[in-house]
Amino acid sequence: MGEQKETIIRVRNLSKSFGGVKALNQVSFDLFEGEILGIIGPNGSGKTTLVNTITGFVKPESGEIFFRNIRLTGLPHYKIADLGVTRTFQVVRPFFSLRSFKNLIVPLWSSRARRFASSRGGDRDAVAIDLLEEVGFERDAYVPYKSASSLPLGYLKRLELARCLALRPEVIICDEVFSGLSMSEIASMVPLIERLRTRGVTLIMVEHRLRELFSVADKVIVMNFGEKLAEGVPEQVMQDEKVRRAYLGEEIKV
Amino acid sequence: MAEQERRKERLDRGIKARTEGLYAISSWREVSYLLAPRAGLIIILLLLPLIVPGLYWQRVLALAGVYALLAISFDFLAERVGLVCIGGAFMIGVGGYISGALNYYLKLPVFLTIPIGTLGGALLCTLLWLPCLPLRGIYFAVVTFMFPFLTTSLILAGNLFEGTEGLSPIMGFPNTWIAVYLMIVLILLFIFGLRRLCGEDIGVVFAGVKDNDLAVFASGINVTRVKIYALYIASLIGCFAGAFVAHFSGFVGVSLFAVDFSIMPIAACIMGGPGTMVGPALGAFILAPLSELLRGFGQLRVVLYCLVLVGFILFKPEGLLSWAARKYHQIEHWVKV
Repeated sequence: MGEQKETIIRVRNLSKSFGGVKALNQVSFDLFEGEILGIIGPNGSGKTTLVNTITGFVKPESGEIFFRNIRLTGLPHYKIADLGVTRTFQVVRPFFSLRSFKNLIVPLWSSRARRFASSRGGDRDAVAIDLLEEVGFERDAYVPYKSASSLPLGYLKRLELARCLALRPEVIICDEVFSGLSMSEIASMVPLIERLRTRGVTLIMVEHRLRELFSVADKVIVMNFGEKLAEGVPEQVMQDEKVRRAYLGEEIKV
Repeated sequence: MAEQERRKERLDRGIKARTEGLYAISSWREVSYLLAPRAGLIIILLLLPLIVPGLYWQRVLALAGVYALLAISFDFLAERVGLVCIGGAFMIGVGGYISGALNYYLKLPVFLTIPIGTLGGALLCTLLWLPCLPLRGIYFAVVTFMFPFLTTSLILAGNLFEGTEGLSPIMGFPNTWIAVYLMIVLILLFIFGLRRLCGEDIGVVFAGVKDNDLAVFASGINVTRVKIYALYIASLIGCFAGAFVAHFSGFVGVSLFAVDFSIMPIAACIMGGPGTMVGPALGAFILAPLSELLRGFGQLRVVLYCLVLVGFILFKPEGLLSWAARKYHQIEHWVKV
């Protein structure tokens, strides 16, 4: 068996500053196909900026990002999504005026989604309901038909994921999908993430919930003040002296 | 206090099995319940030219139709796509000048100039506004509002298309009946077409652009491209109205870029019920004849527009049509608590 893993995302020396604040400072990493990469770090350490630069919502000052062999830097955000590198938003951005399943008509209308032949014979509504079921909406209940403005946060986070899935993505970058959810909601999200991995989707997860993240992530990057502090498997990273200091502060010697 | 002891109770009338605008129809009574107000409005509109006294009011009706088309176009862009375009006068002007010039210089017949003016004018409007399309909200509104003034100055300064004189005569319609009914049929076609369009998948994408354009970008769709489609469709309506005005009045001049064409549709839209397509047309058919009735007051008519606008925004922001629809669907009465 050729278990050769290919690099799917390559980030090289990425820098971005807002005014005097260095949100990203020479960040580099590689991500292999089918892996789940966790990105953690204290507030303001540049995690969301990293997501924004990879997905084209923010232009980096220097550095390069590659998706397979395609240079993402300089491409507009919708082109990057069109290539299959999709994202969720930390502050959910559904179409509040539409019903839940109609929310997915928008990504299903995109040229990327249309390139994939559908089993439903062009009935986007049916595909949308299928997708919602996949992320955990109850198919036979009223929820998929409810207006997005009346959905609780747990469903909205799932809707964000469904919007990515509608594009048949190769990479999904999740910006804090667990934040703001109750423990039981998080517990039901974890199997969903696992299922995405078995389907071959590569995931980057920006998270604050370390326990849940570590249970799924293959690799973790720790950020602090825009720099990559450490990189490695979860257990190893948390043993790192610098990481402990960033998270817990200096140890007081008595 | 007696007032505190009673409250208004609202009971749904008509169809029992319904939710958020979806109906389960089970009898002819229910079908006619839904059909009656819609068919009623259409029949009234079709009968209006027969009812009104004389040629003068038929002409008023046709001009009200022009405003109605502009109001529908404004409503579609603002409420369904989220593009506030106050450039109705520009659409009228471009459509009017293209079809008028074709008739004046090339002597093309009306049934050719109007389609060319409509399609070509919409193309021109879309191309000229293309650079401003990435702008959002008030910025797009301001830029579109400026275009008629810009074009007027260009025409006057460059003495283009006979400058202040304008192009005259332009071939008119065979008679007023044809003009009025052409207008009415097209209003109905545009309303049905747009409502249908908004229910299709592309209409959902339009709603997405209005709601949250970043999420549309994140869905791999170029929002500017979607806005171009919407703008072209809206400009088609506006430019048709322009071509119609040119042939209807037999004259093409800078008065086609008058600010009235930009402002009055907004008033009609707010009065009739924003987002309903039918409402704005209704508003235009009330406002335009009303303003004719008050012609004697001269510029004081503008005060009337303003009062209508302020009054509706403050007291009935839902608009006439939505208000009437609510009254039709619900029985309200006072109950003792």
